[in-house]
Order: sequence, then C-alpha cells, then structure tokens
Amino acid sequence: MATLELQGLRKSFGATQVLRQIDLSLVDGEMLVIVGASGCGKSTLLRLVAGLETPTEGRITIGGRDVTALDPSERDIAMVFQNYALYPHMSVFDNMAYGLRIRGLSRGEITRKVEEAAALLGLESLLTRKPRQLSGGQRQRVAMGRAIVRDPKLFLFDEPLSNLDAKLRVQMRAEIRRLQRRLGVTSLYVTHDQVEAMTLGDRLLILHEGTPAQLATPMEVFERPADTYVASFVGSPTMNFLAGRLVHDGTAVQLEAGPLIPLQGHRVGDTVTLGIRPEHLTLGGGDLTLAVDLIEPLGSETLVHGRVVGRDDDAITVKVPGVVGLVETVSVGVQADHAHVFDGVTGKRIDPVK
Amino acid sequence: MRERPDFLAHGVLILGVLLFALPVWLVFAGSTQDSDAITRGELSLVPHLSNLSVYARVLTTRTMGTEPVWHMLLISFGMALAVAFGKIVISILSAYAVVFFRFPFRQVAFWLIFVTLMLPVEVRIIPTYAVMADFGLINTFTGLWVPLIASATATLLFRQVFTAIPDELVEAARIDGAGPLRFLWDIVLPVSGANIAALFVILFVLGWNQYLWPLLVATNQGLDTIVIGIVKMIGQETQTDWSAVMATTVLALLPPVLVVVLMQRWFVAGLTEGEK
Amino acid sequence: MDRRTVFNGRLLPVMLLLPQLLLTFFFFYWPAGEAVWSSLITQDAFGQGWVFVGVDNFVDLFTDPLYLDSIVRTVLFCVAVSVLSMGIALGLAVFADRSISGRGVYRTLLIWPYAIAPAMSAVLFLFVLNPRVGLLGRWLNHHGVAWDYTLNGAQAMLMVVSASAWKQVSYNFIFFLAGLQSIPRAVTEAARMDGAKGWHRFLTITFPLLAPTTFFLVVVNVVYAAFDTFGAIYALTQGGPGKDTETLVIKVFRDGVINQDIGSSSAQSVVLMAGVIAITAVQFRFMGRRTVS
Repeated sequence: MATLELQGLRKSFGATQVLRQIDLSLVDGEMLVIVGASGCGKSTLLRLVAGLETPTEGRITIGGRDVTALDPSERDIAMVFQNYALYPHMSVFDNMAYGLRIRGLSRGEITRKVEEAAALLGLESLLTRKPRQLSGGQRQRVAMGRAIVRDPKLFLFDEPLSNLDAKLRVQMRAEIRRLQRRLGVTSLYVTHDQVEAMTLGDRLLILHEGTPAQLATPMEVFERPADTYVASFVGSPTMNFLAGRLVHDGTAVQLEAGPLIPLQGHRVGDTVTLGIRPEHLTLGGGDLTLAVDLIEPLGSETLVHGRVVGRDDDAITVKVPGVVGLVETVSVGVQADHAHVFDGVTGKRIDPVK
Repeated sequence: MRERPDFLAHGVLILGVLLFALPVWLVFAGSTQDSDAITRGELSLVPHLSNLSVYARVLTTRTMGTEPVWHMLLISFGMALAVAFGKIVISILSAYAVVFFRFPFRQVAFWLIFVTLMLPVEVRIIPTYAVMADFGLINTFTGLWVPLIASATATLLFRQVFTAIPDELVEAARIDGAGPLRFLWDIVLPVSGANIAALFVILFVLGWNQYLWPLLVATNQGLDTIVIGIVKMIGQETQTDWSAVMATTVLALLPPVLVVVLMQRWFVAGLTEGEK
Repeated sequence: MDRRTVFNGRLLPVMLLLPQLLLTFFFFYWPAGEAVWSSLITQDAFGQGWVFVGVDNFVDLFTDPLYLDSIVRTVLFCVAVSVLSMGIALGLAVFADRSISGRGVYRTLLIWPYAIAPAMSAVLFLFVLNPRVGLLGRWLNHHGVAWDYTLNGAQAMLMVVSASAWKQVSYNFIFFLAGLQSIPRAVTEAARMDGAKGWHRFLTITFPLLAPTTFFLVVVNVVYAAFDTFGAIYALTQGGPGKDTETLVIKVFRDGVINQDIGSSSAQSVVLMAGVIAITAVQFRFMGRRTVS
C-alpha cells in the first residue's frame, strides 16, 4: 500500500512525443482511471509506471521510493493485462505461484497465499486447470489472482475487461471495484470505455494526445468538463455542440443557429461553443427547430436525432423520457442552467466570473 | 445417406502404398532367405520366418568385413541425436538472442547465420575437408556431428516461433521477476514444445541419413554409420552375403521410420507450418 | 518483426549467439572463402607454392566438354526427379484428400518413406532392379529385355532418377496434402455450384490455388535433386557407367576427393555456390519464406 507520484513525466519514441508532461499524485488506496481514445498515450503511461518503458524525462515514485531506474520486478507492482497473459502451459495454481517462487517464498507460504487469493476470487475448484480450459471470465479472475498474491504496493490494470462480453464486463467491473476497495491497494486503471472510467475511478485522468485534459472526480468531469474534448468524451449519447458568440456583457449566447440563450452569471469571451447534453434538451420550448433524421426508442427513454432546420452541420440529439411518435420536425428547448460554455478557439471551459 | 465407396481413390492409394511397401517387404523377405539362393537369382517375396536368426547374426558379428550392426547403429544413433540436439540447442539460443534482446549488430548476426542457407555441405566439400583437417577432426566422432549443427533453417524457425510469443507474456514474466534465462527455461521452452518435437523428428532423420559427410570426414571403419556400412556392403560385387545385407538394411530403416511414424502428428504440422 | 518488450543486456545475447556464430564461421565462411581463394590460384606440383591465375580455372571449367555435359545431365536429372516425384505425390494427395474411410492409415503409409535416406533408397532399388539378384531386374532379363544398369548408361540414369524420385514422393505428398487441405471448402463448393466437374474443376480451381505450394516444392525438389541425391547416385553407380550418371556434385567429389584436383574442384564448388545463391534468391523473390527441409 503506497502513494504514487509522477513528476514531469515525458516519453518520446524517436521524434514522436507520446506523453508530453504528466504530473500526478495518488494517495494511498486510491483508484485512478486513465481514460482516452486509442493512441492518446494511456497505455504508454501505464507501461512507464510498470517499468516496461523508460521515461524520456521525469520521475516516478512509489511509496516515497524513486523507482524510475528500477526493473519491473523491483518496483513491487502487479499488472493485469488485456489479454490476461497467463502462462499457457502452467496450471492456475502455478500461474499465481510463479512470481512468488521466483521471489523465493517457502512452499507453505506460497500455497497459503495462492489459496487465500483463490478463495477471494472463487477459483478454489479451478486451481489444477490450464488456462485454455477456462472461460474468459475465469481467466480474468486468474489474472487478478496473480496480481493479488504478490501483495504489491500498486495494481496496474491495462484494459482488463475489453476482451469480455458486455454482460461479463459489467459483472467483473463491479468485482474489481469491490476487490480494490477491500484490499485497499493503490491502483492505476487504463481504459477507453468511459462507463468503466466513471464507475471505477475515485478520480479520472483524461488524456488527449499525450497531454492531460482533465484530472478530477468522475462527477466533476461530468458536470464541469474542462474542455470540449472531455465534454464529448464523457456521457452517452455525446454532448451537443452549437457555435455562437457571447453577447449582452457575457450573460447570453447568440447561437449562429438563431436563438439567444440567456446564461446564469456573466462570462468573458467572444466566439464560444455552447455544450448541452441530450438530456438537457426538451421537446417543445421553441429555441430550435429540428428536422428529425431518426428516432431511437430505448424503452424508458427515446433518442431523437436531427439537424437544426436550415443548418445541416448542426446535428443534435435529444434524450427524452417516454415514447415519441413519428414526427418530421420538432421544436427543441434548451435548459440554459445546464449549458456549458467553451471558448470557440481553444475549446477550454469558460466559467462565470464571480 | 450411405455413399458408394470411392473405389478409384482406394485403388490409387493402395497402389501408392504398395509402391513404397513392396521394396521394403522384398528386402525383409530376402533377409530370411539363403544367400546362395539369392545369388543364384532365387529371391522371392515369401519370407522364411524360421530364418530370423540372421538378425541376431548381423547385429552381433562382423559380416562382410564391416563392423557389427549394433556398432554401426550406435554410431548412427549417436550422430543423429547429437545433430538433432545440437542444432536445436544452438538454434534456440541464437534465435532467443535475436528476438528477445536489442544489441549492436543484431541484424548483422542474424544475416550471417541466415546466409549459410546458401552454403550446403555439398558445395563446400573440398575446403571443408581442409578446415576439418586443420582442427584435427578427421576420423573423430566429434567431426561427425559438430560441423553439422550450425543451422540457419532451425534458427529461422525458432525466430518465427519466438516472435509469435505475445509481448504481454514477456511483460507478465518480467513483472513476476523472471530474468532472461529463467524466462527462456520456464516459459519459452515449454510453450515451444510442439515445435521442438517436430524439429527433432526432422533433424533426427537428417542426421541419421547423412552420407556424404561421414564418407568425407571418417574413413576409419570404427566410425562407419549404418548407411555408410550398407553401401560398403553392396559395393562388394563378389561373395555378397545377401541375406546379411538385407537384414542390415531393414535394421537401418527401422529407427528413422519409427521416429517419423510415432511422432507423425508433430512432424507433419512442424514441417508444413513454416510454409503455410 | 520487432517486439515491444525485450530484456536488457549486451553480453548475454552475444554469449547466446556465440556458438552458432563460431560454427558458422569455421565450417561455412572459412571453407567458402577458401573455395573462392583456391579457385583463383593454382598450386605447383609439389604443393609448395601457388600462382594467382584469376579466372583461369573457371575458363578451363567452362571450356571442358565433360563439365558442360555434366551441367546438362544435372539439369535433366533435376527436371526428371522433380516432375516424377511431384507428379506422383500430387496424384496421391488429391485422392488422399477425398473423404474416404481409412484416410489416416493411408496417410501414415504414404508418409513414412520420408525417413529413408537417399542412399538407402538406392539400396532398396538395387534389390528390386539388380540384373542378377533383383526381383524385377531378373524378370526383365528373363523376358528378353537386356536390363543392366551397370553397363547401360540410359538404364543407369533411369535407375538413379527413379531411386531419387521414389524417396522424395512422401515429402511432396505431405506438402500437397497440406496445401489441398488449406483450400477453403467454400471455394470448391462454389465451383461445384458453378458446374465445374472433376478434372476440369481440378485444373481451373484446385491446381491454381495450389500454386504457392507447387512453386515452393519445385525449389525444394530442384535443390534436393541437385545436391541431396549424392548418396543415391554414389551408392548405385558412383557416377557411372563411364560418366553417364555423373551430376555436378558427383563430379566435384570425384575430381576433388578422389582425383585431388583442388583448383578445378574449388572452381566447381564456387559454381555450385552461385547456383544455390541464385535458387535461394529466386525463392525469396517469389516466396519470402522458407521452411525446414
């Protein structure tokens, strides 16, 4: 159990900068989820912490000990891989015991630790099986078990759920969360799945092209996204964006699509992007008129996709409770108190001036 | 639905089987017949099973001036095993170095090995003899196998096998604390077991079947392999003890054929894998 | 081909490579270098000194009608062995690929000759075709065919071609069968629905799809026939009668080992090396990969 600190971490492969400047600090027992699109550098970040890559610049400290120059095996970490990386020729027991054997633990101690971990994960009856005789979910558990038995200072998860089917993924997600809470091991968890990120993380680090876009709790990320990238990444369906301009001393947005949306407080800026989540639009209300492309009933809710009439580039999705009948055009209202304002050029969030 | 048996296919395949089996059967049958009768031209396809004692005779005694068959078999076994293991061991080591490390001249080293594909024994007969003489390896058992164990093909095969081992497996092992040699022994070798078995069959047969090489580097009769011995036997036109020659032939065929048949599954997969 | 994760260390990989590199150097590069060197010099009669003669040895070689004959003979021999062994193997593979009972047994019974050495194949042929003791050889003579490959050059050639091809059938069979089995069933089924039948379907669908296998086998068989058949030929005829079965490899052996003509045999070795390099280059140009043979 330990803290993790990354200071000024950079990584380049040849001329390509993969990670630009990462500063990060995890408190003991915290689960931080690193999330971003593929190629954003999230896996590289994890591999730097694991010691599988060497940083171009910066320092990594685990539990107050500088591990930047150490071999993976000396860092006291454990990692769970996307494809599990179980040793195919070894039994479940041997897979979990391998690292302990190398560390020279006594036979009795190894058996005790492996059995303890197996009990925790419900693997007791599978200990003599080979990986190929296990289901995906069971393999995932063995991979977890291999990490747990080592009793490491830090858990690293590299998209551990992405090879599972949807149902199992939900189940394992909850299990990982429970286990991590119970063991209280500081963890880094990499995923491209925003739902996984929201549900698992104490905090999220959203990476965008090698730079941190936002580091905050899941709710904060959802409620106050730092820029348009984060805003579009978190939440489903994705946030609607409309171009406009701050008017009336920054107390309203004049949308290019026509209507004037009044805001709370006053903001400083010029051209802006107004962000509004689908659930914060209402049918009726008369701010915008939508030519409907598609209506998707989801059961308890309905998604209405369309374009602002006369402006084909402004695609809008509205999420409303209940059922919507077939329509060609609808009038849509904006709940202005839920609107987000981003700088039209940089995409950065603009908060009201106090 | 029951289909009519495919008579054509069975016919063709049985012909093929006979094409291979008949000569061997003939030799087996001949080995149990009287040598003088064979010399007179009375070889037949019917074995005289009461005369199987010829096998004991050729195994233990010198027939036609060659070493007893047990001795020649021993040399052949020794050579085949040494060639197979030798090639496998040094090829695994070099492929492992090339795949799992980064070091200067890595590609150069690989190409140096690779190019030897183009230099089979047959094209460097004379100068190789001279080199062997410089090393004092002429007429030694070491000379029979050591020069044969450098192998570009085996190195290529293992490079291919090792390259297919997932990166995550290496990473998991490194995090578990396994060093390079431990990873080789604990993970890479067991995971490549099937490929090693297949290659063993191919290389054992290759070693057993050497003819030109032992002919070149070992003129000492004590180092005659079974293949060399038989060719020597049939080379003597007069006074050929035909049943002894034929019994020796059967004994010479058995070991490699058994290895191929018993390990057929791995062998066929291993042989065609690199190609497909 | 490069891995993401490797081990650190410089000394260890070098140590791992060392045995292979040393053997390669001493038994491949050094002799190959010596062959090239000796092919460019000539030694005096007492082996005391040498004179650099450039390409003289090669000129001698390529103006020697015996050597040119040997080249032609080797080419014919390679073609005959390859065509014969590949043809029989393909025929057997096509029928072994059909869904008939006992496929596994047939397969085993056709694969085992892989284990036979070319020299042993020659010995077996001797027992069948020797004019005096061989079952078939005697029968031929008995029925008015003057069969004696120890005296008749054409018969000797037929004999070494058959013995060499016979041994190689199972190797080709294994690859043709694997090739046939890797043709997706859907493709042949589609052809069947298009109305292609039997022989026509084989020629228009199956055989073209086997082209990579066939090409690979052509290369392997040519190399086999050119080099690995030394044992078969040497055991049966030693290149005779006269020089009627003297292929290039037999000639190198006779000139170098038996007659001790170092200059000429070195030049011949260099020519053979060039041949192998050319074949390998062709193979890599068209195939990219190679298997263990």
